[in-house]
Amino acid sequence: MAGAGIQTSDVPHLRLETVGMDTLIVRLFDSIEESNMGWVLAADSALRQVFGAALIDLVPSYTTLLLHYDVTMLEESEARARVSQALENLSPDNGQQGQLHEVPVWYDDSVGPELVPIATRLGISVEALIERHCAHDYCVFALGFAPGYAFMGVLEDALTTPRLKTPRQKVAAGSVGIADRQTAIYPSRSPGGWNILGRTPLTLFGRNAAGEPSSLFMPGDRVRFVSVSREEFLRQGGDVTPLEERS
Amino acid sequence: MRRRSRLPLGGGLSLKVEQGGTLALHGADLAATLDGEPLLPGRAFTVTTGQVIKFERPVTGLRAYLAFAGGLDVAPVLGSVACVVRDGLGGLDGEGRALASGDELRAARNELSLRKLPQAALDWQTGLSPADQETAIILPLVVGAQIAEFSGDSLYRAFNSDWAVDGRADRMGVRLTGPRLERDGAGMVSEGIPLGAVQVPADGQPIVLLNDRQTIGGYPRIGALTPLACAQLGQCVPGTRVRLAAVTPGQARRDYLRALKAWQV
Repeated sequence: MAGAGIQTSDVPHLRLETVGMDTLIVRLFDSIEESNMGWVLAADSALRQVFGAALIDLVPSYTTLLLHYDVTMLEESEARARVSQALENLSPDNGQQGQLHEVPVWYDDSVGPELVPIATRLGISVEALIERHCAHDYCVFALGFAPGYAFMGVLEDALTTPRLKTPRQKVAAGSVGIADRQTAIYPSRSPGGWNILGRTPLTLFGRNAAGEPSSLFMPGDRVRFVSVSREEFLRQGGDVTPLEERS
Repeated sequence: MRRRSRLPLGGGLSLKVEQGGTLALHGADLAATLDGEPLLPGRAFTVTTGQVIKFERPVTGLRAYLAFAGGLDVAPVLGSVACVVRDGLGGLDGEGRALASGDELRAARNELSLRKLPQAALDWQTGLSPADQETAIILPLVVGAQIAEFSGDSLYRAFNSDWAVDGRADRMGVRLTGPRLERDGAGMVSEGIPLGAVQVPADGQPIVLLNDRQTIGGYPRIGALTPLACAQLGQCVPGTRVRLAAVTPGQARRDYLRALKAWQV
């Protein structure tokens, strides 16, 4: 995309691609890094501002933004020109890193069947594994998969774990899992292939003050897991029903 | 988003009129009847207390729309009364519960001036089904995304073979079965998915993602069907033969705007 303006070494390959009749993808990066998010968030707000009423949807992800514009208002060339205009002189939005959420988690074998196998594989105690999962503030890169499902990262290298070979048919709501270098929480009961370490009593997708469904986490937010006891988990309304299926 | 005023219908539905008013029907021909008399799609009609509307079976197309004057009297969720059972959103109760026997549908208001649909909009009906079993329906597709990572052979096959609409099809996506499409590329980072995206999982059989699709995904795509092609695909019964045909975004837009204009009264 000649002429559009991100010029620092952080953004080596800015590309604008047609992916549908009325949809463009703004590709900013090729790999998942926490430093991407400042740029993605800055691009998100700049694009919203420049497109205004001609914007139908904007979906930020790890390295890209999907931009759906109103084809009754804009031709593709006009949409491309607006993207160039929006991204000219963009600078990363690092000052505003979103909200920090403390998420209580009951780490236990009964609700986190992969807790023991992963600790064993790493040659560390379960306590040490919990400590390391809690040691880092994670960045919310994207929402997807299901309403309120936040893809977070990046896990320390040593905790990198492949997805389960056969996904579970049912993962309980609130289940905290890891896969590759990411971590996430299942907002509602659903099928899933992530390695489950524990469970949070928090509701991740519910009604906001205005009564509209909304996600607790938003891209750019930060999440800190805090290990809590079974009693505290119950006190906060947690459901201790064990995960039925084990890997 | 405007409040939805249409109810998408499958076969086997029966509705009893509790209070008279004006309705309109369009989309697929599902052999609809009012007290046993055929109801033709593309028309408004009045109903009186005690009458029964029935939808028997798909004759042409798969999905019909019953419109209520003034819309349904249902509180919108996220700007729509559309029902997404999977995510527990929308519908009559706002919590994503599917319609069930005994539910009551109420029109928001019931005064309106009837207008006649233009002939072009009525003709739309006839394009829903293939002329015969041998002729595939052409689905225009804007190429893009990860198309360059597919082998030349696969791309040739993608655009020069008939595909069959699979039985695994819903508002989220429609599987197509046919030649295996192969891609040479590393895993990709999940990104936003447009309407009509043709994604190709490891088994090489494409899935076209429709209105209830997930927001982001990590399967490679060869492009996206145009909105008109999505509407057409949504009316294809399992087994229908379809063919993908590349179209430029500019041509797709012109066709789309022309279609919108045909509906304007």
